[in-house]
Amino acid sequence: MSEHIKVSGLKVTAPTGDNDEVTIVDDVAFAIPRGEVLALIGESGSGKTTIALSLMGYARGGCRISSGSIRVGDTEVLSLDRSGLRDLRGRRVSYVAQSAAASFNPSKTIMAQVTEAVLIHGVASRKEAEIRAVELFRALSLPEPESIGSRYPHQVSGGQLQRLMAAMALITEPELVIFDEPTTALDVTTQIDVLLAFKRVIRERGITAVYVSHDLAVVAQMADHILVLNQGKVRELGKTAQVLKQPEDSYTQTLISAITPCRRDTGNEATTEQPLLEIRNLVAGYGRSDKNGMPAMPILKDVNLTILRGRTLGVIGESGSGKSTLARVVAGLLPAARGEVLLDGEPLPGTLAGRSKDQFRRIQIVFQNADTALNPSHSVAQVLGRPLTFYHGLKGNERERRIGAMLDLVKLPATVAGRRCGELSGGQKQRINLARALAADPELILCDEVTSALDTVVGAAILDLLVELRRELGVSYMFISHDISTVRSLCDDILVLYAGRGVEAGSRDTFQQPPFHPYTELLIDSVPELEQGWLERSRRPVAPVPLVDGVRDLELCPFLDRCPVRIAGTCDQLAPPRVVLSDGSEILCHHSEAELLLPPRDYAMAAQR
Amino acid sequence: MKSVLFLILRRIGTVLLTLFLVSMVVFSLSSLLPGDAAQQLLGQSATPEAVAALREVLGLDKPGHLRYLDWLRGLIVGDPGISLANDLPVAQLVAERLPRSLLLAGIAALVSVPLALTLGIASAMYGGTRVDRFLNTLTLTMVAIPEFLVATTLVLVFAVKLNWVSALSYAPPGASFGQFIAAYALPVLTLFFVLVAQMARMSRAAVLDQLSQPYVEMAVLKGASLPRVVLRHALPNAIGPIANAVALSLSYLLGGVIIVEVIFNYPGIASLMVDSVANRDMPLLQTCAMIFCAAYLLLVLIADICAIVSNPKLRT
Amino acid sequence: MNLFRTLRLSGSIGLILVIFWLAVALAGPALAPHPLGEIVDYDVFLPMSSTYPMGTDYLGRDVLSRILYGARFTITIGAAAAIFAGILGTALGIFAAVSSRMVDETLSRFMDALSAIPGKILALVMIAALGSSVALLIMIIGVSYTPGCYRIARSLAVNLNQMDFVQVARARGEGRFYLARVEIFPNMIHPMLTDVGLRFVWAVLLLSSLSFIGLGMQPPDADLGSLVRENISGLAEGAPAVLMPAVAIALLTIGVNLLIDSLRGQAKTATGEV
Ligand SMILES: Nc1ncnc2c1ncn2[C@@H]1O[C@H](COP(=O)(O)OP(=O)(O)OP(=O)(O)O)[C@@H](O)[C@H]1O
Ligand code: SF4
Ligand SMILES: [Mg+2]
Repeated sequence: MSEHIKVSGLKVTAPTGDNDEVTIVDDVAFAIPRGEVLALIGESGSGKTTIALSLMGYARGGCRISSGSIRVGDTEVLSLDRSGLRDLRGRRVSYVAQSAAASFNPSKTIMAQVTEAVLIHGVASRKEAEIRAVELFRALSLPEPESIGSRYPHQVSGGQLQRLMAAMALITEPELVIFDEPTTALDVTTQIDVLLAFKRVIRERGITAVYVSHDLAVVAQMADHILVLNQGKVRELGKTAQVLKQPEDSYTQTLISAITPCRRDTGNEATTEQPLLEIRNLVAGYGRSDKNGMPAMPILKDVNLTILRGRTLGVIGESGSGKSTLARVVAGLLPAARGEVLLDGEPLPGTLAGRSKDQFRRIQIVFQNADTALNPSHSVAQVLGRPLTFYHGLKGNERERRIGAMLDLVKLPATVAGRRCGELSGGQKQRINLARALAADPELILCDEVTSALDTVVGAAILDLLVELRRELGVSYMFISHDISTVRSLCDDILVLYAGRGVEAGSRDTFQQPPFHPYTELLIDSVPELEQGWLERSRRPVAPVPLVDGVRDLELCPFLDRCPVRIAGTCDQLAPPRVVLSDGSEILCHHSEAELLLPPRDYAMAAQR
Repeated sequence: MKSVLFLILRRIGTVLLTLFLVSMVVFSLSSLLPGDAAQQLLGQSATPEAVAALREVLGLDKPGHLRYLDWLRGLIVGDPGISLANDLPVAQLVAERLPRSLLLAGIAALVSVPLALTLGIASAMYGGTRVDRFLNTLTLTMVAIPEFLVATTLVLVFAVKLNWVSALSYAPPGASFGQFIAAYALPVLTLFFVLVAQMARMSRAAVLDQLSQPYVEMAVLKGASLPRVVLRHALPNAIGPIANAVALSLSYLLGGVIIVEVIFNYPGIASLMVDSVANRDMPLLQTCAMIFCAAYLLLVLIADICAIVSNPKLRT
Repeated sequence: MNLFRTLRLSGSIGLILVIFWLAVALAGPALAPHPLGEIVDYDVFLPMSSTYPMGTDYLGRDVLSRILYGARFTITIGAAAAIFAGILGTALGIFAAVSSRMVDETLSRFMDALSAIPGKILALVMIAALGSSVALLIMIIGVSYTPGCYRIARSLAVNLNQMDFVQVARARGEGRFYLARVEIFPNMIHPMLTDVGLRFVWAVLLLSSLSFIGLGMQPPDADLGSLVRENISGLAEGAPAVLMPAVAIALLTIGVNLLIDSLRGQAKTATGEV
């Protein structure tokens, strides 16, 4: 038989508060031929994980697989009893979860967990299992395959843990492997390594797999077939090439157009070149400060930037690079240890207590997570009314009128004013968040990952709104994001942060083609494109072996450990210079402009001279 | 390994600091006494000279902080003063009573802990089932019942109606095993009743908390059986919280002992303390209070050490 | 599903008990068949009968009337103490959360020290020092439970204080008092009310224990705990005068416990269908 996995009429229900049930997955059907990969794609809440888990006969807290048929080989999964299910799970069908960090037991060694399924199912002896595990570690390009198993989960990095989890899933040589958003929690530069490793084992071992993701570009690399889901229903099912190139369903078309990079017109080339915000030699961090005023955990080290009036600066960097910390310093929530923050040429006091009401008003902050940024016990009118009263002293009718105007500005109906913040959808909350910032009548809005928690389509709408507001009101943004394509589509200028240092700064045009700083290059190359075969083609410089850790001088290049083109004897000895390239961008690197233009392998050799 | 030792030492340091603060609280609270211990002791008819003389003997004429330091020194070297009510050294009274209370509490803990943990873990394991719901309602009811209701009911049933054991609990030295059992049965049973419910509830919550973690779902999806999931995966991570639950419930025992010793006329440290309150015998009261607080802090400390040692993030 | 109903059942039993005791606290003395302290029979420790539904006590007084009067003391003192602890603990908890690290640490250390003294012991020490009038008992029991309330309130407030919406308000330039009152406090009301409910149970148990060992309410006033104490000599005869007041306390505390537990919603089931 050609169809290895066959699902039909699958329906899953979830209990509601009052003894009732809602259908969360309805009438889903698909089949997977042996050795092929099917991707489940959809927005959050579309039922991807629920479907994936039901292939193991499993439903989360209280949910129920109420009807349908799921065949794995010759077995009808839904008619298995408990012990039948136990035999299936982990042996014939296995699972790679989204968050490896949470899915590993913190108190057992990695080897014990990777080999556990083998021992539970009696597939092989412990010795044999450990040999298999080491083989898999090697196949998944994990460092120190012989000994990594003896570590505990907290002793390896997130990307490694994700690959270890794949080893855990593959060790029993299952017929079907389910990958549930296995790279969503990772930074792009890490994601690509993990994807490459996954792709290789899937191909080499001829694994049948279900790959769950919300990211079409990732799916384009991994899958043979794509199933598009929306609200628990199948919208489209077809070969990868067909779904990407000629989507038939209207919903699929919106999904694809939302992620297709577009260059949003910033429309303010005419504004004066007068700096609104300037940051000079900023050092900031957390923890108690020492004698010299240096914090125990310095996060930002010597950051410089300028935002011109009416323009948008994009700040990009991986998780933990200090992006939010930067926003917190500008907002006054975190005092700087060194350096200056100038607003309109005037130094801004570092602490909240030192700032005047007008200084507060001119800078507003909008956070990533709209859920936690709005007080659940306040109504929309309260949320929007407070800055109006606080900064502008508005009361009564005048205040009501302005609240209406603010809602209008962010394209929400005036009727939401009476609702509690908890009752709104994610996109609506983020609009209220923006409206609250706008109510202050600010000059600079700090947007910290404002679209990261939203689904692509909703996020794209918020970005359009930001552009429109800027055109109408002339505000400036500091737009923080980890996603380079979003930043490139929206911002006039871009600053790349790595480990708290600005490694490259320039206008957005300089980020379209080389020369780049080596980190920027890695970042740009790591973003998957919506094109099959991109992963195989992506020219991946071989990652260097990390340096033997010794005393790290703060002055050395922050990217040293991961840099594919570092110059031995120079980069690990001398602080990198700040170089202005011919296109006007500024980078922090020892390489010359000419070297940066070479393909990686060549200039690595140039570095050997 | 070094860091574990460091963490443990730091915990011990914190506990000692807390104990020091506790001693200040206890001392200053018990010195709030309106009126005067000397006056109190001698009665209203005493001459002012006699009162003044006694004040000097008791050291009541010194300023507060000096008296505190004297007292603290005495406490540390094991000589916390003379009991006002019966003129005996506090140390002697305590030395006589403390072992008996420890015996009573020890037996109660010994019978309760294993059963409570079994109940708690089993009820978490079958979370949401009929058994669990039943146990939940049962323990919820039990923790709300005052100790003296349990004690009086037990006496009524076993001593008065059935006449199996005596209501008086104290077994003299050299008592036979049968006598010993008969004497201790009711007090231990009372404490057991109060303790088990509390501890079972808290350990259930600790295990349930672990069971809702994603790594447990992962184990299920590997095909692990329920006992394996609970015992091999969840339990090792729940050791810290469970140890904490046991410590907190055992500290509940400290309160329970008071009622039990009074009701069964058991000559332990708790009944000594109750008497000292009734007599306003401050030196004795302060010492007893400090012993209870030290016992509590010791329990919490042990639980913390269990948590530190069982956590591989700290251990390795 | 069947079990779901049992839980609901226990919750409604709790609710009925709570309403019943509220009614007793409000109207108890009016309902009592005999006035306070009246000796109704020369026979002491009478068993239950239709004339004396709960028998007579050691002086020949009607036990039912004594309970109806005593319950009022127990409930009001317990409630007042729990509310005292709730208000003080919440206020200090929020204060610590929005204050500087120094203030927070000092206050928390002090509260830690207080909570290292088991509730009963702390209460005994204070009673020895201050005495035990009704007002003092409320204060003493309240203070004994304040550290617990403080700890919960502070951890809630610290978590809320980290939330983005508080950060936004802070970056707007709002003062501490506004943050505490408008942004933080409203989100604490619900959990703190639950906490006060549970502390009411403990306050009642503590008060009853104190009275039972003779250090709580002082004669001639008597709460439920004192009733058990004064009649303890009837235990050997199995007189209802000993057991009934104790049972009354249990019905009160169990009722509140059941109600709060079911209000907090059913316990999570962890492993799904396994
Ligand atoms: N309050 C805090 N106390 C101590 N360390 C902190 C605190 N907040 C953040 N950090 C640390 O500072 C570093 C930078 O954090 P920051 O939030 O600025 O990163 P980010 O670039 O915004 O990352 P992300 O993309 O994940 O939001 C991280 O290592 C983080 O763990
Ligand atoms: S300075 Fe050296 S290590 Fe740093 S990015 Fe440039 S080449 Fe790489
Ligand atoms: Mg951030």
